[in-house]
Amino acid sequence: MTINWRNYSVKGLHDELIRAAGKPRDAAASLCTYLRGLSDQELIDHKAAAELAIRTMGITFTVYSEEEGGSIDRAWPFDIIPRIIAKQEWDRVEQGLKQRVQALNLFIDDLYHDQRIIKDGIVPAELINNSRDFRPQCVGVSPPFGVWAHICGSDLVRDKDGTVYVLEDNLRVPSGVSYMLENRQVMKRVFPELFEDYSIEPVDDYPSQLYEMLASLSPRKGDRPEVVVLTPGIYNSAYFEHAYLAQQMGAELVEGSDLLVGDDHCVYMRSVEGLVRVDVIYRRIDDLFMDPEAFRPDSMLGVPGLLRAWKKGKVALANAPGSGVADDKVIYTYVPEIIRYYLDQDPILPNVPSYLCVNKQDRDHVLAHLDKLVVKPANESGGYGMLVGPQSTRAEREEFAKLIKKNPRNYMAQPMLTLSTAPTLVDDHAEPRHLDLRPFILSGKSTYVTTGGLTRVALRKGSTVVNSSQGGGSKDTWIVDEAGL
Amino acid sequence: MLSRVAERIYWLGRYLERAENTARLVNVNTHLMLDLPRRVPLGWYPLIEITGSDEEFQETYSEPTERNVVRFLVAEPKNPASLLSSLQHARENARTIRDVIPREGWERINALCLSAKAELSSGLARSRRYDNLVGVISSTQQITGLLAGTMLHDFGYEFLRIGRNLERADMTTRIVDVRTGNLLNEEPAAEFAPFENIQWMSLLQSLSAYQAYRQQMQVPVRRREVLEFLFKDPQFPRAFLHSVGEVAGSIRNLPRNAVPLESVTALVSRVEKSRVTRLDNAGLHRYVDRLQLALGRLHAQITETYFVMSDLPRAKRAGQRAKRSASRKKAVPRPVASAD
Repeated sequence: MTINWRNYSVKGLHDELIRAAGKPRDAAASLCTYLRGLSDQELIDHKAAAELAIRTMGITFTVYSEEEGGSIDRAWPFDIIPRIIAKQEWDRVEQGLKQRVQALNLFIDDLYHDQRIIKDGIVPAELINNSRDFRPQCVGVSPPFGVWAHICGSDLVRDKDGTVYVLEDNLRVPSGVSYMLENRQVMKRVFPELFEDYSIEPVDDYPSQLYEMLASLSPRKGDRPEVVVLTPGIYNSAYFEHAYLAQQMGAELVEGSDLLVGDDHCVYMRSVEGLVRVDVIYRRIDDLFMDPEAFRPDSMLGVPGLLRAWKKGKVALANAPGSGVADDKVIYTYVPEIIRYYLDQDPILPNVPSYLCVNKQDRDHVLAHLDKLVVKPANESGGYGMLVGPQSTRAEREEFAKLIKKNPRNYMAQPMLTLSTAPTLVDDHAEPRHLDLRPFILSGKSTYVTTGGLTRVALRKGSTVVNSSQGGGSKDTWIVDEAGL
Repeated sequence: MLSRVAERIYWLGRYLERAENTARLVNVNTHLMLDLPRRVPLGWYPLIEITGSDEEFQETYSEPTERNVVRFLVAEPKNPASLLSSLQHARENARTIRDVIPREGWERINALCLSAKAELSSGLARSRRYDNLVGVISSTQQITGLLAGTMLHDFGYEFLRIGRNLERADMTTRIVDVRTGNLLNEEPAAEFAPFENIQWMSLLQSLSAYQAYRQQMQVPVRRREVLEFLFKDPQFPRAFLHSVGEVAGSIRNLPRNAVPLESVTALVSRVEKSRVTRLDNAGLHRYVDRLQLALGRLHAQITETYFVMSDLPRAKRAGQRAKRSASRKKAVPRPVASAD
């Protein structure tokens, strides 16, 4: 049986494509008609074509694995049914993201200078004093345009009532954008006919926007500053992306050992022509591994003296060291206040309602409702170290109760959202699967938001875990201009 | 161009070429076997000697039978110079420099590696072997052509060519050396005299040189002319002189090239002046020895000049001399992409 939208149940869910059984949303109507018209064999052929494209294009992600002694490359898991967002709706989300990142950058800059927001009593001082990602080494530094988080990947989710929430902001070294770009390439190879009929906003502008933004940070005025991408190396889970972005930007992909800082505080790379000065580094290495001289002396990944070069203004680093301070899940709960404080505006995009365990009242509520909440540690990413209440055992809840009481600063909790779904190919039919969305926001001289972003989808029935490292997949994301239909 | 990247492109060139040469080598012996009468014992062990992997072979296999030798050269993961290992290394090098290789180039290398792995571990029986290996040869040729036609012809491309041509020059001398030595000579020579020319023909074929030889030399296949052709022909792409000449041309296009350029130029004129056809087998063996040492030195100089660099701006490079590779016969397999 081919895809039959009448059998596709969206009861109790918000589905991105289907309004009710048999009724696609306006923006998805012609896609749904097209898919319904495919025979079983055609569906299977398209799926196989996508898998082949992914294999030959070498689109992989790396999973850390015990048994293979480090890490292994896996083909990128991909679902061929795209997720569609109407442009009108997207425009508002885009405004909301710009507003949010602008406020976050003002916040970070304030934290490393006057800390007005703390003096004015909006954000409690102890949150910053105990923050794992506040870098005292960065106090007093003024990066170009006052921007610290040049690349931000914010995770958006939609609840069952249709509201779009910001789930978290990734301000350290957010990844995934290359997969957004590659997903589109795969779709174009597999469904060229759809791109003729639809007015789909292009995504491939991102690498040139990224380059422009990075180049605008250069400390030397000149035509073509030397921009490089700094990677921890091929064993990093995001290495594919590092290489991809460097290639797309025409920048050198460098490892720590390719760079050195001279007595003149300038950064150089070792090239076949000799040493060449570097102006801008898009670093994909965490703060603490970036410079053994300033941070962890045992790190082999970084460049001794890099922080010194940055503080002297001889090189630009994106994201700036210390920007992770606003990436903290506890700070996250203050973002609406941060927006009001710096911009004097109401937030366009809401936060997921959150409980801060550091507040007694919130903490008591969390401890009493552990079976209904999601508890997150302040500084983890990739879905590690969380408690998903409704799916937890009593022992796990007791363990978390202990952890929370011992270190309330490190935890926040949120109600379980019923994430929206989208039709996903399972065998030869479509089933709803939960998903989220990670758009990327670039900030330099101006601000740019990707058209859509990376949609991650939980491939297992009922699961809301979308991380690739935990078995999630992805979809191409279409921003569709209905006016152009 | 980053030194590290240049180094990996160089090794990519070497490994692709090595994979191709290994496929040629196995195929020509397979063919030779069909041309020789049953009573002429065909050695498979010389192929192990050509690739300089005697030790590795003896560690893993007891008998140099056809089956063992072919498996070892083509599919053995423990042999760092096996065809599959070479492709794996080429892929790993390509993977770490995907930002500088044209996308189609990476896709082809990746696809070749995957298909070779799927087909060659099982397809070693004589019936399928030939086609599978011809497939590898034509894929590597495609990749070479694709890179020539799509990659920027910048410094990186010169390093790719240097790697390919050094490996090629090296392999040509190895093949000549072993084939002039001990393929059939364990038996009384007279009895096998009629088959000597077949052997020379197979040598030419293993280098895809038969047709070119006929065009260029216009004489029957004979020892003297074959040696002249394979060492000194300036136009045949797999001849030693041509390969080294290409290396010289590439180095001429690189910055800071004084040291390697001087030694590659010296090597070229040495081969031009040599009287290789007058050498007997023992003399030829010593001559090949010296050429391989020269190639090893050239490799070391390139490494020292372009891949290993000083640590401070404006600081003088420490005058450390590259260590001379003592083990001439070893097809130095290089670990790629260290875990830094």
